[in-house]
Amino acid sequence: MKKDYSKLGKLFKTMFVLSACTFGGGFVIVSLMKKKFVDELKWFEEDEMLDVTAITQSSPGPLPVNASVIIGYRMAGIVGSLTAILGTILPPMIIISVISLFYEQFRTNPYISVALQVMRAGVAAVIFDVVINLAGNVLKTRRFLYIAMMIIAFVATYILDVSAMIVILSCLGIGLIDLVLAGKKKGRVV
Amino acid sequence: MILLKLFFAFIQVGLFSVGGGYAAIPLIQEQIVNIYGLMTLEEFSDLITVAEMTPGPISINSATFVGMRLAGVPGVLICSIGCIIPSFCICLILAHFYYKYRSVNGVQVVLGAMRPAVVALIASAGASILVLGLFQTELKEVVLSNIRVVELGIFAVALFLLRKFKMNAITIILGSGVVGTIIYTLMGAV
Repeated sequence: MKKDYSKLGKLFKTMFVLSACTFGGGFVIVSLMKKKFVDELKWFEEDEMLDVTAITQSSPGPLPVNASVIIGYRMAGIVGSLTAILGTILPPMIIISVISLFYEQFRTNPYISVALQVMRAGVAAVIFDVVINLAGNVLKTRRFLYIAMMIIAFVATYILDVSAMIVILSCLGIGLIDLVLAGKKKGRVV
Repeated sequence: MILLKLFFAFIQVGLFSVGGGYAAIPLIQEQIVNIYGLMTLEEFSDLITVAEMTPGPISINSATFVGMRLAGVPGVLICSIGCIIPSFCICLILAHFYYKYRSVNGVQVVLGAMRPAVVALIASAGASILVLGLFQTELKEVVLSNIRVVELGIFAVALFLLRKFKMNAITIILGSGVVGTIIYTLMGAV
């Protein structure tokens, strides 16, 4: 892992913009980070981004902050982590500090509530765009186990309300079994 | 000493909120309303409304809001720092081990089994936001005839622009808010 301090400025700016525009929870920012860091800047691999997402989802604390810690660490160690965190928490801190002074007007403004409602459609489109690519890559592995796990995990979280952490831990367990079985089959390329 | 109280309250929020922002809300309520009595329940529900209406992680939003209302700018800093300290320490350790061992073959097999589940989690978050955007309710209470045509149109156009023209995700999110608000205003619905 090479530390690269030259990208700190860009890292801060990217985190700041993503955080300022993330309406609707942790997975929105994960989708945006995937687009930005994997597709656009090519600083990260897709698999790596999925691993980071799993780690952030299984750790306590706000997901975007967790993701910033890991992404920053990978790029420039602890300095990188702190830079990324700062970029992530500054926009909400500034926005909320200002709004807390006149939140009554903000909360009851009809234009703001309509904008937030319709924005969900745009946010959903962004997540779907990312998911189509990610799910396509899972299908391309042509491994029945992975495809089945993706479908079961979706039904479990979305329809049955199983918590994300339980899904991730169960899949880690299945991965371990897979590893043991793969070890027994000689000659299989892992 | 209110700053110290806030600091410890938000360290606990950061430490025990596993699995995204909505897990943090009851914890913040417990700490701020029930244990320390720093806010009334009514003020707290205002806080959640505002935290949901603004970008950024809900726990950072709430930390900032509570800090600002109770102790001004120093409060904002203390609450936010308290909220991210546990994330920072835990994720830094996890990131360290992840990058140390990720290239090991066995680890790759185990992580490989987890990635389809992460894709499913992101898909599930996307589906929830889409349903909320199109029907303004959760999946269980969806009535198909209540579909909001404007949001459906925005979703379809946004997804088309993302897939076909690789349009910037942030432009899509903010643009959908602006376009949707204009449409509803012209329809006289605001």
